[in-house]
Amino acid sequence: MTDSLATSSHHARRANPPQGSPCFSTQGLSVHFGDRSALDDVTLDIRTGEIVSLVGPNGAGKSTLLRVLAGVLPPSHGTVTVAGTTGRRDRSSRATYVPQRGEALWTFPIATVDVVLMGLARRRSRFRPYSAADRDIALAALDRVGLRDRAGVQIGRLSGGQQQRVFLARALVQDGQHLLLDEPFVGIDAPTQAVLLDLFRELRAGGATIIYATHDLEQAKGAADRAILLRRRVIADGRPGDVITLANLQRAFGSAPSDPPHGERVHVSPGAMSNDETASSSHDVTSRHAGAPLAITGRDRQ
Amino acid sequence: MTNLVHWLADPWDRTFMQHAFLAIALVGIICGTVGSFVVLRGYAFLGDALAHAVFPGVVVAFLFDINVLVGAVVAALVVSLGIGAIGHHERLTNDTAIGVLFAGAFAFGIVLISARPSYTRDLSGFLFGSILGVSTTDLWLTAGVGAVVLLVVWLLRRELVALAFDRTFAEASGIRTWRVDQVFLVTLSLSIVISIQTVGNVLVLAMLVTPAATARLLTERLPVMVGLAAAIGAGSGVVGLYVSYYRGVASGASVVLVATAVFAVVFLLAPRTGLVSTAVARRVHFPHPERDRFGA
Repeated sequence: MTDSLATSSHHARRANPPQGSPCFSTQGLSVHFGDRSALDDVTLDIRTGEIVSLVGPNGAGKSTLLRVLAGVLPPSHGTVTVAGTTGRRDRSSRATYVPQRGEALWTFPIATVDVVLMGLARRRSRFRPYSAADRDIALAALDRVGLRDRAGVQIGRLSGGQQQRVFLARALVQDGQHLLLDEPFVGIDAPTQAVLLDLFRELRAGGATIIYATHDLEQAKGAADRAILLRRRVIADGRPGDVITLANLQRAFGSAPSDPPHGERVHVSPGAMSNDETASSSHDVTSRHAGAPLAITGRDRQ
Repeated sequence: MTNLVHWLADPWDRTFMQHAFLAIALVGIICGTVGSFVVLRGYAFLGDALAHAVFPGVVVAFLFDINVLVGAVVAALVVSLGIGAIGHHERLTNDTAIGVLFAGAFAFGIVLISARPSYTRDLSGFLFGSILGVSTTDLWLTAGVGAVVLLVVWLLRRELVALAFDRTFAEASGIRTWRVDQVFLVTLSLSIVISIQTVGNVLVLAMLVTPAATARLLTERLPVMVGLAAAIGAGSGVVGLYVSYYRGVASGASVVLVATAVFAVVFLLAPRTGLVSTAVARRVHFPHPERDRFGA
């Protein structure tokens, strides 16, 4: 996010790429940890301005994919392109990774506003303290997530949902334009989820692409233009209603041990940006079937 | 009143005591600052390991008449790289690697120094410090190295905070985490080396951890914590030296005991977080007839 996104006072310091231009692409992307394979031959094309949910069971490679896109992890094989650039450092300056809440040390002696200021560190001189203007940027970002009044509080005193929003505020002041969020809805109540989703839409209007990982099928459907069902490979990719189907879910979450069913990948209406209802077909019945009863809990740390 | 002033001023008549006071105050400030990050990152065991691991380096430098700082830093680098290498093995954890290396390095240092005729005296100097033998050169060296350490910590403050608070974020935001870690280990080793003369190899860990832990109990802001840790470290040093001077007991150990006593008092009585104060607060706010009657 540019400063302008955080303050919304002055507009578009960075020229927004046209909606629909390629934003994140991977070609034959594989990631191995030792002899364990986390992602296998993943080829994706995500366009600017899409809100994409990444769904799959624990260990499906959701976090791994986000981290590779963010430039945190190097791919073992294949290529990754983010907004036209392939360098790992460049990727991390274009896409901001928002880690899972569980990974931070919440007892750390730091105030909420100082956590948000961390997002500015890369672009501010280490020889000077943060200026009053920097503080205002951080406060404005907190305001956008509805936490301005908690700015001076030690971060551990906030609720889980509030901590998640602080992470989002920090991402807003970072320099990446696009957001990659790892399980942003875990432990968050319904009103807070609505606040976050509104913010996602607002950011998209400003030219941002947003990808979030979730294991909650309702979340995967409700907020996103497009869902990608993952289990080391891409199981299905398309409109949420077409992807979250009983058949696909059985293939992704089914108890068949390590190897997901190989072969044809369900590809449903890649034109996820359109609201054109004609594209969805017989899948509708099954998707309504599959939605509610399945909720997969637990946390995915890969 | 004049008695007290006299009591306080008396040690300052002697040059070696002036040097000792200055040296321990510097060590308190430096170790308190660096130690704050040691405590927040849960690196106490690593700090102990480094303190032992620099020992052979100090001994080799001492035997070959090289500057002890050089020997110590080389040893610390070898050991911290070794910890990384062993800890990477899939069957071994990091703390196992630390345990193996620091005991081995320490034994190596003892073997080296035991070949000398003046073995016992030299060894006890390293292990427990010899604060009354601080020369002017030592003081300048301590001040110089301390200034470098404080400057590095200040310049890396944002990286160190990001790494301690949320390592994933630090990596994702483009911080070169491995490099920052290595630089931090070197500053940690430097702080340890300049403390060896004043408090000794065995007790240096207390200067790193105890004042910082005490400060953590008193505040929820990192800059305040660092300032308090430095003040508590320096203060314990000065008070400990008075105790040592008037009671004729070991100086390094007195300093550490004073720091420990401060910790104990804060742990029990700190406003809001102390053990006693929270117990009292619970009784005041939530009277519990059953518990109060039986005193449980």
